[in-house]
Amino acid sequence: MNPEERHIFSVLVENRFGVLARVAGLFSGRGFNIDSLNVAETHDKSISHITLVTHGDAQIIDQIYQHLNRLIDVIEVTDLSTAGTHVERELVLIKIATDDPRKRTEILQVAEVFRGRVIDMKPASIVLEITGDEGKLKAAIDIFNTYGILELSRTGKIAMLRGSEK
Amino acid sequence: MELSGAQILVDGLKREGVEYIFGVNGGAAMPIFDALYGETEIKLIPMRHEQGASHAADGYARATGEVGVALATSGPGATNLVTGIATAYMDSIPMVAITGQVFTHYIGSDAFQECDVIGVTRPICKHSYLIKSSDEIADVVAEAFHIAKTGKPGPVIIDIAKDAQKNKALFEYPETVDIRSYKPQVHGDPDQIAKAAALIKEAKRPMLYAGGGVVLANASEELRQLTLNTQIPITVTLMGLGAFPETHPLAMEMPGMHGSCCANYAFTDSDLVIAVGARFDDRVTGDLSKFAPNAKKIHIDIDASCIGKNVPIDVPIVGDAKNVLTELNKQVSTADIDPWRAQIQEWKQKYPFEYEQKSDVVMPQYVIEKIYEHYSDAIVVADVGQHQMWAAQYFKFTEPRQWLNSGGLGTMGFSLPAAIGAQLGCPDKTVVNINGDGSYIMTIQELVPAVTMQLPLKIFIINNMYLGMVRQWQELFHGKRYSAVDYHDNPDFALLAQAFGATGLRVEHPDDVEPALQKAKGITDGPVVIDFIVDEEENVFPMVPAGKGLGDVIRGLS
Repeated sequence: MNPEERHIFSVLVENRFGVLARVAGLFSGRGFNIDSLNVAETHDKSISHITLVTHGDAQIIDQIYQHLNRLIDVIEVTDLSTAGTHVERELVLIKIATDDPRKRTEILQVAEVFRGRVIDMKPASIVLEITGDEGKLKAAIDIFNTYGILELSRTGKIAMLRGSEK
Repeated sequence: MELSGAQILVDGLKREGVEYIFGVNGGAAMPIFDALYGETEIKLIPMRHEQGASHAADGYARATGEVGVALATSGPGATNLVTGIATAYMDSIPMVAITGQVFTHYIGSDAFQECDVIGVTRPICKHSYLIKSSDEIADVVAEAFHIAKTGKPGPVIIDIAKDAQKNKALFEYPETVDIRSYKPQVHGDPDQIAKAAALIKEAKRPMLYAGGGVVLANASEELRQLTLNTQIPITVTLMGLGAFPETHPLAMEMPGMHGSCCANYAFTDSDLVIAVGARFDDRVTGDLSKFAPNAKKIHIDIDASCIGKNVPIDVPIVGDAKNVLTELNKQVSTADIDPWRAQIQEWKQKYPFEYEQKSDVVMPQYVIEKIYEHYSDAIVVADVGQHQMWAAQYFKFTEPRQWLNSGGLGTMGFSLPAAIGAQLGCPDKTVVNINGDGSYIMTIQELVPAVTMQLPLKIFIINNMYLGMVRQWQELFHGKRYSAVDYHDNPDFALLAQAFGATGLRVEHPDDVEPALQKAKGITDGPVVIDFIVDEEENVFPMVPAGKGLGDVIRGLS
């Protein structure tokens, strides 16, 4: 078995119903895994941008690339992991219990370290928004876990190539 | 002028040059069938089961190279099409399948005869469309035909809500189709083609391995030129039979599980495999770790995802086979490989397809040989099973589109409806349907439209009273435990043919094979069914057992 690698695919697709199902079906039908998936409209309303994180050996990654390209509604596929340097971000919303007021101050200090923003505050809970790459989010989640996370929701990764590398 | 959606559909199909639509009527498709009523430019062929409709459209496409069209209603009509759609998808056959859908406002409500056809068919079609508004129809029809027949061909589904069929819209048919996300790469990379030519020049034991893609690309002529220019031995897969004449000295015949020993040994010893429109299917390669272990591989295919999928490739060339072979032909010359050619000839002579003739029972291979003698120019439509392999082995195909069969999906029941499509598409050709007793009865109802249209089909059943290929595996690998394969309780197919209004003959003795085939030749006003009762437990050999390498081919029982 060849070593498995993690790859981030940037996929531009026609913004139509059913396209996401075709992309997802390509993975489920062949036993490939999707680690994270993010889909949203671009500045051009007719195009959606899918950022898809997957893993597999070189042969599987090549098959994923080829099969994505084969879908009729797919306009362009870029394997960001091989196409050049790229930037990536994820966003997480974390709700933490703050029934003890002394804890709240501490949480706010920790949030500061991660450049988190408070987007909701209630007597017994606080919601933080943190963006960053995967490593940063993992570190933040690990720390806040010690305070008791009530709820957590995170986007998949979104990514693009740097500068003019396109 | 404003037309109903159904009329726009029919007019669009006319623009695409559609001659025949194979269909079964039903509630959610009634406006379309109504628009086809009395239509003379497009002939509606009412089949008896939607599976028959999709196979007939498929057979028409395989025989003519044009897009086949099937039509069915929503729900069960559409799900019955599914087997035929999957069959076409696996063999990359251009087809447009049109299904009626429930009214837009009922979609998603579990309405009567509602089924998410787009969802059901997603993994078995090249593309699909759900139409909810009449004004989408013209553009979608144009796109669907474009997608079905370009690049790697395949089935496209158009699912049309009933209100979209009934409502009116302007008919404006697009003159050209341009899909920004769909641009098949048809020209091979010149550098890659040069690399391929260089490898061909160096090789000492090269072989050509051509598949159905050559037929689909209408590249048979270019393949012949390449073979003759280089004098490199060639094996043509089950899907490609006829792309190169099997009667030619360089032809090694079909490779793989039931292929010729020569082709299989050649793979095992070769130092260069030149694959053209073939996909290294498991039935061809056997155990991948033992497949052509010493060979470099060139792979020419229109579908980039096909290259390197099963076998690592040294020189991939993405492009249309016709274009790539035309370029390659400019750069190659006769290969200096006399010892290799001599080796191939030795294998060919030493290990031909052979069987033991018997005097008291009809041997299935003998029937095929006799069919070949009488119908060597015919289009042969085979079903799936032992008879298919015997037909592939003992009939010598010389022209592309002469041999039609469900190679990829292996769909039993394919052949009779496909033969109907082929006969309509090629009215001047004789169409021979070689069927099995198990496969024939799966779509036997399609004898009805064949009789109604007085199609002169020659339907030859190789009847061993078993689901023969499964029985063979049970004999060899399951200790002769013949579970659910005994078909001795089938009806008398000759009598049944007569009940359908066809000519039915039964042959039980070797001496009667020839006269029956003669008699069949003279019947031209409708189908003739000959039920050949053959040796019940004859096996298909050679055979590469599943999971074994091609070098481990079993030549025969002895």
